[in-house]
Amino acid sequence: MPFKFLRTASLLALGLRFGSLEGQEPLTAEQMRNAIFLETVSTPTPGEFFLALDKQCQPNWSKLLRPVVPSATADREHIAMELGMLVADGFMAIEAQDGQSVKNTSRDILVAAKKLNVSQQIVTRGQSISDFADSNDWRRLREELDAMQNDIRLSLLEQKDSPLVILAMAGSWVRQMEMASHLLSADENPSSSSLLSQPEVAARILARVESLPENFKKRPLVQKLTEGLQSTSSLMAESKSSLSPSAVRNIAATMSAITASVADTSSKK
Amino acid sequence: MRTGFLFLILFVGIAAARAEQKNPAPPDSSALEWNSPDQSPRRLALELAAGNAAEGYQVHDGFWSGTLAKSEPILIELYLFAGNDYRFSAANLDFQSQLTISIFDAWGFPAGSEYTGNSSCSTAGISVIRSGRYFIRILMTEGDKADTCVLYSYK
Repeated sequence: MPFKFLRTASLLALGLRFGSLEGQEPLTAEQMRNAIFLETVSTPTPGEFFLALDKQCQPNWSKLLRPVVPSATADREHIAMELGMLVADGFMAIEAQDGQSVKNTSRDILVAAKKLNVSQQIVTRGQSISDFADSNDWRRLREELDAMQNDIRLSLLEQKDSPLVILAMAGSWVRQMEMASHLLSADENPSSSSLLSQPEVAARILARVESLPENFKKRPLVQKLTEGLQSTSSLMAESKSSLSPSAVRNIAATMSAITASVADTSSKK
Repeated sequence: MRTGFLFLILFVGIAAARAEQKNPAPPDSSALEWNSPDQSPRRLALELAAGNAAEGYQVHDGFWSGTLAKSEPILIELYLFAGNDYRFSAANLDFQSQLTISIFDAWGFPAGSEYTGNSSCSTAGISVIRSGRYFIRILMTEGDKADTCVLYSYK
């Protein structure tokens, strides 16, 4: 008798689990327009993006890892963008399942965060990342790096550095796009380029960068970023779901140019 | 015979879980905010999401949190990638309430599957075929008002 009850309960649970979509009305255009957009929820993480990319292209991630040379600049906008790029690099090292690279990148993130006065809040994350890297726990590494990124963001917001949050977010996205566009320019499967086409995300990031205070917008690096985002956003909006090979190459060149500007500390101010 | 064996495994599992409750493991101070001592909607949502870890899902460290009133749903815009599986978890502390999560595609049509719950803790999942913009709606169908949290996991 108890067995029968348990079996019935299991079947009921299964019924709930695979419930249908019946009775759901489509959303109206107004509802979609008024939907909440939260950076921490609505903007995809590098982890999600690289995971999807891995499934479609199976790239050799190890070959894509770059030796990071920490910049000597004191410019906070440079450091913020570099920080975002380092987070993306960390996720790439996880995809490459290269524990040492993950640890090195985590250390560089801590150094960059210290320059922005937010290292105290993420020191324990750095230790956890090191532990998980040693035990090759890639799933928890993704979670921890994601949490570290969020902690940095929250700390910057607490110290009223919201422009730096925007630049870090932009830096992370630029690095993701740079890696993916280089990968996909060598990929012959056109459906893979649909991963790269993110018109809504590009438009949101561009809008945030354009909303930066004037003193930030005057900086050459931010101007370069804005121009790059404008051209990329237009390309993505025009091509909608699938980008042409030339568009992919165009994005690769634009993103690489922004990355080079971040690395080139001599071009500051 | 096979059924008996399956239930034996089930009972051993329950017994092990109870033993773990009596002797809880030392707190792991690392990932996310698992060890927050207070009961909060976020903690509940995290616990709900943690149930997916065995299937390879990792929790994304971003969340929406706010007061949800009956029949006044919130709609959140998201960007999901083809090839990935996503699960959304919503929870609040009003155990009399009922939450429902619905997923919609870029054109506003219902999408997704794997709905569970219809209680103060609910989940919904989707295996994404087309990358792009999606929306999730969290609706309280029973209850009054409650602080609610929603987050997602992916694999």
